[in-house]
Amino acid sequence: MSEKHESHETSETEYKGSKNPFVAWVNADPTPEEAPWTEEKLEALRAGETYVREEKPVITEEERARRFNKVYKPLAVVLCCAFIALLVFVCLYTPPFGATDVPTNNEVSFKYIEDGLADTGATNVVAGMILDYRAFDTLGESSVLFTAVMSVMILLRKDRDGSLVNDPAEDAALAKEEKISVQHRDVILRTMAGIISPFVILFGIYVVLNGHISPGGGFSGGAIIGAGLILISQGFGSAKTKKFFNFKVFTIITSCSLLSYAALKCYSFYTGSHHIETGIPHGIPGAILSSGFILPLNIFVGLIVACTMFGFYSLFTKGEI
Amino acid sequence: MVDTQTVLVWILLGFLITCAVASMITKNLLTTVLIFMSYSLVMTIIWIVLESPDLAGTEAAVGAGVTTILFFITLKKIGALHTNKKGKKKKLKEGEENE
Repeated sequence: MSEKHESHETSETEYKGSKNPFVAWVNADPTPEEAPWTEEKLEALRAGETYVREEKPVITEEERARRFNKVYKPLAVVLCCAFIALLVFVCLYTPPFGATDVPTNNEVSFKYIEDGLADTGATNVVAGMILDYRAFDTLGESSVLFTAVMSVMILLRKDRDGSLVNDPAEDAALAKEEKISVQHRDVILRTMAGIISPFVILFGIYVVLNGHISPGGGFSGGAIIGAGLILISQGFGSAKTKKFFNFKVFTIITSCSLLSYAALKCYSFYTGSHHIETGIPHGIPGAILSSGFILPLNIFVGLIVACTMFGFYSLFTKGEI
Repeated sequence: MVDTQTVLVWILLGFLITCAVASMITKNLLTTVLIFMSYSLVMTIIWIVLESPDLAGTEAAVGAGVTTILFFITLKKIGALHTNKKGKKKKLKEGEENE
């Protein structure tokens, strides 16, 4: 603290002659000057007494918190009840579940369900919808995930040289914890992670690759793969996962997947709702190599989601990937 | 006549609302996260009943799995995991900020 103050003082002398109003404001004495001479002050001085400034009653922090709670709690309950009443009131006007004569039950869903298989070649109509008819939306969703992980990185990632924002005490505590967890592994966690995690990741890959045939797809499968990676990292320590998944790999996989996805689907920018014949045969519906672009798109989405999930986890725990 | 599936869905929905309210009013943050996880699991079953297994898989992996782990890590980071039975925080050491 004192060092900083000294260094600040040297700069202050440098700036002393400066006419810059901001510098003058910064250098100005923060405490306002004594109030100018007033009549009563002069009188008090003449009478030989010391002038005592009148002090306002100080509200303590607890008093303020008490006052706040007094208003806050009833107000929160009242507002919450009002909001619930409003939502229930609106819900009374919604059509019953499964009703056929609702506005959302229009020709769009019929088109998707009837022509989906012929148009996209995917037996899973949902996959055909989100990765063929509405692939552009899914590109936006992937971008949102990418942006989210970038924001988390900005917030939580540590400095490379570790000088600016890192708290050395926290770093030491983290290192100590890591050491303890390496030496005294939890037996149950490690054993179960060893048994389960291969199957979890395998199932995730299965869900991604069969996204156009069976329920699931890129997002579900990617989330399952990410959960499996987190399980490995928890069970065997982050050093093991670092061998195959570091920051470089993360960057390459995520950005390449997103760019490939955009490259495969960016023609929607120009063509709008109309399709361009890709020339890729749809194949036999139900086969793994069918339905055009849906399989590679599923793989790209799965990679992005898996990397994002694991990236969140490792950024939250260690502040680095 | 009410069929079994409707009864099941009603029970699950009741459990869902119970979980939602309970996660709000519990004092212990760890308990809140666990209740939130069970909320996600119930929601998974409801998605399956509503015939959308895609969403069920995602809900199980994201809602019950990844989100819970992220919540746990956050609670650990802010030092809220070590609580006593009454749900109040342990006395903090000197120098640490009190919330």
